[in-house]
Amino acid sequence: MRRPPDGRAARAAVATLLALASTAALAHEETGQAAGFLAGLAHPVSGMDHVLAMIAVGLWGAVLGPPAIWVLPVAFPVVMAFGGLMGLLGFPLPGVEVGIAASAIVLGAMVAAEVRPPIALAAVIVAFFAIFHGHAHGREIPEGTSALLYSFGFVVATGLLHAVGILLGVVHRWSAGRQVVRVAGGGVALAGLFFLWRAVA
Amino acid sequence: MRSATSRVVVALAAVVAAPAHAHLVETGFGAFYDGIAHVAVTPADLLVVVALALFAGQRGTRAARYALYALPVAWLIGGAFGARWPAAAAMPLLTTLSFAVAGALVALDVRLRDVVVAALAVAAGLLHGLVNGATMAPAGGVGLALAGAVTAIFFVTAVLAAEVTALPAGWPRIAVRVAGSWVAASGLLMFGWLARSAA
Repeated sequence: MRRPPDGRAARAAVATLLALASTAALAHEETGQAAGFLAGLAHPVSGMDHVLAMIAVGLWGAVLGPPAIWVLPVAFPVVMAFGGLMGLLGFPLPGVEVGIAASAIVLGAMVAAEVRPPIALAAVIVAFFAIFHGHAHGREIPEGTSALLYSFGFVVATGLLHAVGILLGVVHRWSAGRQVVRVAGGGVALAGLFFLWRAVA
Repeated sequence: MRSATSRVVVALAAVVAAPAHAHLVETGFGAFYDGIAHVAVTPADLLVVVALALFAGQRGTRAARYALYALPVAWLIGGAFGARWPAAAAMPLLTTLSFAVAGALVALDVRLRDVVVAALAVAAGLLHGLVNGATMAPAGGVGLALAGAVTAIFFVTAVLAAEVTALPAGWPRIAVRVAGSWVAASGLLMFGWLARSAA
């Protein structure tokens, strides 16, 4: 058997040693979990148009009372996630920003005028606008975070914004509070007009 | 002589080298606790356990008792298969589908027979256990890690299902349905992520 030249064995030994002593590979893909969840939580509150529309959903639910008070906030995140799915898949949806602005106008007006449609119609209106919000978010979702935790944080934040609207709407049971809720709805509708002007300008 | 020395060095290095760790979490307390932590930091596993526990609780005491044993036992069996045949290391589409469906069942408060609830728990347990076993196998100590994971699943299922079973009608039960809708919505978004990643 031929012997290796001088130094080759030592170099091979060092190389082997380095290879064996290297740190362990952590083969997990769930990196950036906390960052993913927090980023998802923060995303829906990053735009005032989204925030106001989602609070308006809760307010309208509070105005309508049971079962709309919980049906609408349940319908919105689920349908919004469907819209997000469309956005992630690249389905084109024209006039997304206009649709978001229109959601604030319509939902705010519903609260201000205390419109009481049948629960099915109210759910359809909310679901229709949720598509636009979800689609916009779906297109904006960043790469490199834990996808599932980001999604969960995103949905939880949306639900909590609805809860804020519901809690604010509790004052609706008093006559003075009722006026406050209607004024709040009017404020959301006016803000929606501003968003619409900004979207088409 | 040099050749013999180098062989000794290589053999020594092989002996003292730390094992490769493909496991998800290392708590430092051993494989059992790593298994517990694995459930806590794997969102798809945690969400399916939570959703199924909520659903079993919604369906009443008997369904909750079925799920309490069906889910961890199926998880353990699936894990054993996954550890033995670790080819199925990841099935994100199916695991996403499982927790999305479980969340939707909670949100809709679907009336199913107790046996069907148990069957759903078995199916989910086998699927997620299979993936768990395959993921844990390379790190070794898979038996203890699976035992830890199953213990955590049993605990979470017991606490949540018992709590939901005892909830009064009204807002507390509505809150459970809202939680289910959040899980289902997360699943929908996750499908989009998976599709975009595959494209």
